Amino acid sequence: MGISETYSRGRNLAVSRPFVLVAVAVVAILTLDIGRRLAAPGGLTSAQLATFLWEGLVVGLSIGLAGVGLSMTYSILNFANFGHGDYVTSGAFAGWAVTWLFAGAGQFDLATLLFIGSVSTRDLGVSMLETPLAILAGLIVAAAATIGLSLLIDRLVYKPMRDDEGISLLIASIGVALALRYTIFIVFGQRTRGLTDAQSVPEFAIPVGGGGTLDVGGHELTLVVIAAALMLGVHLLLQTTKLGKAMRAMADNEDLAQVTGIPTERVVRFTWIIGGGLAGASGFLIALERGAMNFQFGWILLLMIFAAVILGGIGSIYGAMFGGVTIGIAQNLSLVWIPSEFSTVAAFGVMIVVLLFKPDGLFSGVTTA
Amino acid sequence: MSSADADADGSSDATAAPGGATAGDPGDGDNGRYVSGWTPYREWFRDRWAQGGAAAWGTALAHLLVGALLFALVAGFDLGSLPIGGSLIWFLYLSLTVGVLYVATAPPAEPYVAWLDERWMESDVDKLLIVLGHVVLVFFVFAVALGLPFNGLVGALASVFFFTAVYAMMVLALNLHWGYAGIFNIGIAGFMAVGVYVMAILSGSTDPGPASVPGLGLPLPIGILGGVVAAALVGLVAALPALRLRADYFAIVTVALSEIIRITLKSTALQEFTIAGITTGTGGATGITMPGNPVRLLFYQSFDAGAEPALLGSVLFPLLEGLRVTLIPPGSSWLGIVPLPAFTLDLAVEPAVIANLAYVLVLAAFVALFYVLLVRTGNSPFGRVLKAIREDEVVAKSLGKDTNRFKIVAFMFGCGLMGLGGILWQGSQGFTNPGAFRPIITFYIWVALIIGGAGSNTGSVLGGALFAGAIWEGPVYVRRVVTNFVEFGDTPGTFPAAVAPLIEGKVLPLLSFLLANVSALRFILVGVILVTLMQRRPEGLLGHRKEEAAAIPLTRPGGGDGDGIGEPTAAADPVADGGRDDAADGGAR
Amino acid sequence: MSSEPGGADADDATDTAVDTPAAAAEGARDAAEHPLVVEGLHKTFGGITAVDGASFSVAEGSLTGLIGPNGAGKSTTFNCITGVHTPTSGRIRFRGDDITGMAPHAIAQRGLVRTFQIARELPEMTVLENMMLAPKGQAGERLSYAVVPGLRDRVVEQEEELLERAWQQLEFFEIDHLAEEYAGTLSGGQRKLLEMARALMTDPEVVLLDEPLAGVNPTLEEKLLDRIHELREMGNTFLFVEHDMDVIMNNCEHVIVMHQGSVLAEGTPEQVTSDERVVEAYLGGDV
Repeated sequence: MGISETYSRGRNLAVSRPFVLVAVAVVAILTLDIGRRLAAPGGLTSAQLATFLWEGLVVGLSIGLAGVGLSMTYSILNFANFGHGDYVTSGAFAGWAVTWLFAGAGQFDLATLLFIGSVSTRDLGVSMLETPLAILAGLIVAAAATIGLSLLIDRLVYKPMRDDEGISLLIASIGVALALRYTIFIVFGQRTRGLTDAQSVPEFAIPVGGGGTLDVGGHELTLVVIAAALMLGVHLLLQTTKLGKAMRAMADNEDLAQVTGIPTERVVRFTWIIGGGLAGASGFLIALERGAMNFQFGWILLLMIFAAVILGGIGSIYGAMFGGVTIGIAQNLSLVWIPSEFSTVAAFGVMIVVLLFKPDGLFSGVTTA
Repeated sequence: MSSADADADGSSDATAAPGGATAGDPGDGDNGRYVSGWTPYREWFRDRWAQGGAAAWGTALAHLLVGALLFALVAGFDLGSLPIGGSLIWFLYLSLTVGVLYVATAPPAEPYVAWLDERWMESDVDKLLIVLGHVVLVFFVFAVALGLPFNGLVGALASVFFFTAVYAMMVLALNLHWGYAGIFNIGIAGFMAVGVYVMAILSGSTDPGPASVPGLGLPLPIGILGGVVAAALVGLVAALPALRLRADYFAIVTVALSEIIRITLKSTALQEFTIAGITTGTGGATGITMPGNPVRLLFYQSFDAGAEPALLGSVLFPLLEGLRVTLIPPGSSWLGIVPLPAFTLDLAVEPAVIANLAYVLVLAAFVALFYVLLVRTGNSPFGRVLKAIREDEVVAKSLGKDTNRFKIVAFMFGCGLMGLGGILWQGSQGFTNPGAFRPIITFYIWVALIIGGAGSNTGSVLGGALFAGAIWEGPVYVRRVVTNFVEFGDTPGTFPAAVAPLIEGKVLPLLSFLLANVSALRFILVGVILVTLMQRRPEGLLGHRKEEAAAIPLTRPGGGDGDGIGEPTAAADPVADGGRDDAADGGAR
Repeated sequence: MSSEPGGADADDATDTAVDTPAAAAEGARDAAEHPLVVEGLHKTFGGITAVDGASFSVAEGSLTGLIGPNGAGKSTTFNCITGVHTPTSGRIRFRGDDITGMAPHAIAQRGLVRTFQIARELPEMTVLENMMLAPKGQAGERLSYAVVPGLRDRVVEQEEELLERAWQQLEFFEIDHLAEEYAGTLSGGQRKLLEMARALMTDPEVVLLDEPLAGVNPTLEEKLLDRIHELREMGNTFLFVEHDMDVIMNNCEHVIVMHQGSVLAEGTPEQVTSDERVVEAYLGGDV
């Protein structure tokens, strides 16, 4: 009796959600394979595995943080914003200009600092340990500037098209992306610039089994902590405020969004404020963690962000976060099997598969945030 | 626009054209010394022009001649010392400048604009001709302003028409996807890449030298066919599962696919591999050598750089290279009294430019082929179903149409054409690498489509021409012209260095900095155009053309056997359109 | 996979649908006489049962009415027949073939063609384009025929024939004066006419009319009904879904009454109107 019940429940699951079973099977096989490789002498070491996982988490959190905004605008304004990656870049540049200004004022030429020009990062010595206040100021400015930018662009570009179809908005957002990216190009230049003083960034070696260590960078840690804090903040904001609840309802429930019609301008503004702010903050943090940036890093990241958002289910805020971490870890873990030049292919591949078989995202049907 | 350009150029080169200053164009503040004495004359001219017809043209012609005479009088005696003394360009330029100045004496140039308006309404073919004509005119002005010889002008035109043709082809293919079938494909670069790389691998030389990977050495037609089929098949692989997705999801899948293709081509894993004893590969990030361009064989005996001219080349090259027509031989004089300056029309064109031009002609033939194919596709029961799918897929299904089949076939066909377009584009360059297939190319093609107007084939060609002329090649020439005439001094290396002098009231450093970054400005321009078009004119210049989707004109058959009850109200019959007529002719054959 | 629960549901259906006289005979009926047969149709959405064991058939050459109050399951039944929804269980046979769960286009291709309750013209296509879209088996629907020079000749020939037919059909429906207008500019009633004309261009064996008179003014209504009667006399078969009792009673020779997802009664208009359960459940105190 118990067996047949379990069996029929399993059969139901297999029939109604075959994708879940296949996904579980694939993950299980891959996990087993990792176990086999760990056990095999000369194979994968546990330190390597821990590094892959940690790097995946860091990359994933940064993508997920950027993804929250994309996910919210996607579900509430109903279009895929191809300009989101360049919001991320804009935030990073605005923030870092301020961080440099704070860190190097009096020491270097102000204009050079403000335009993140050629300054020896060694002499400037920006790091979480040395200049935490400058970094904090940069983070705040990054978020604030991106909020301003996204509100301005909304006013200029999207507001006049509020009633248009999603595709028209999508095409317009491609235009916004191009204009933004190359404005940054003209103002700040083309080169990839170093930002932080790599020497003064502390690194913690955490021993893992088998004699290896997992090296955790101070800026990685900063990113993880701030990303988590920001997520918690957004969570509280959406949980406690009335507007936040309305937004959540609209984002989570497409039917409700349809019934209530075009969202009010207040909701739209709030969406851009949260989405833009997180995009800017994530851009700043990603640049902090990498220690370098150029004018198109956000654009290159955009498809990854889309992957994360779709994976997590559009409109779901925790989904974006989970999606980001999943993509990040998948991308890094894929290094176990395939050469690193294909890790992006692996991430896109995961996204396409999810879109094809589970277009509502992995976490659809689960109320989130 | 072109008249204004000619105008401005004329006045900035004021020494040579006294008419420019004396015409006293009030709108032109720089050197517009307003001479009131000209006003009655101008009014008279405009009156004549307003009468239209022969009177207008006669007056214009007379003015051109007067301009020419003025030119001969003022500058003529010193022809020898002018930078391109005696060339056709110089002569025509001044005549035109004077003529255009008169036509446009009072801005805006109403007569010209009115004439354009009227022609513009005629037919799509006229629109295309007007746009192409303006491209020629503007580049003519550029060439003159830069002091380019005739060869330089032809070279510049060959370049702009090359891009016109390749963009026209890509946009036509995209129009099948988006304009006809409503499929939102932003992975064009990927399909192009598949076509180009498969062609290059199939037909690449088996012994390409040390710098490149070997191909299979198959004949070029097989390579091209293989490339097109491969692009179509990749389209099938993408379309089979993905076409049931929402348009925006489909878009993300296609752009991700195109990036996957590009990253794969770039990877070292496939750089060189051996299958069944045959070694070939993608060449990785360094790229891949293309098979020789057969058009070159028309003129040369081989693909090598230093090859001897073949028959056609040996006839054409010397002929065109030395094409100079002496109108006034040195030492002539008028009636034996007034000495005349020597005057030679310099029409020389160099072999390389001739070969380029020939390739552009080949491309034009392919554009025509694409056009006919797509017009036929649209004006057929197949196109009718696509149109119905775009309007209401449920209705098409309820009438028994297997809409997925139609969408997949249309998607594959478009992808195949994108592959072919890519081959004709990149294949002409001898070498390509994955960097040529970044997503930005896709967006360029989209911009061209949106300018021209989704749904219209003529609009697609028009959009390609406008994109190539105004957005792609135009800004570069504007920079060349401006730097040719304005002394900027050193160009600042960074934005702050360019902006700082503004405080002292110096604009030139910023201007020079922006001009140096004209390729980035071009991207911003593209972005602004996209947004503006989507806001104000989402249907583009010629979009939403209500072309009837049928292989025959849809009128009452047999010349009206109806018994008078139903007189077809020809209220909104837009058939007066080149595209449709073409197809009807084609169909009737 | 679904046969077991399906069987159980069918039993349920006969239980709840009281003793529909036709239910037992349904399967046995000759496919030739009854091109469309619905057996024990069930459809649930989530937890809500929309159709609960409906069984009926449509006789060849008949004008059969399907009637019921709002929420009776008419539309869902209709959508199950036309392939928009897949039934939870039950069978739909057309000309003896099981068409349950087939794609809408496949069903339409077999000759079971529908119209829409709210006319769905293709607004940016002309009336003639709308008409010429419909016919089955057009050679030019294959890309190769559309573009290859030699093959296209056949397409052109076919198009000429189709155009002729389209004009005739438009004349029959007396909308030929609108032939070259965009369908989007037509009035509501004209759209309904166009939609029926378009459906007939497919040479259907059975036409399913989903409230063809909704939103049509009385003059056009009469015209439309006249056409339906004429077409029926010419041998066409119609299933006419309508919630207006009078229209059905005055025009159909066979009426199926649905209530709460199943067939409540079936028969001639007289039989149905004299059925107490119908009067109770549907007509209330009206008759």
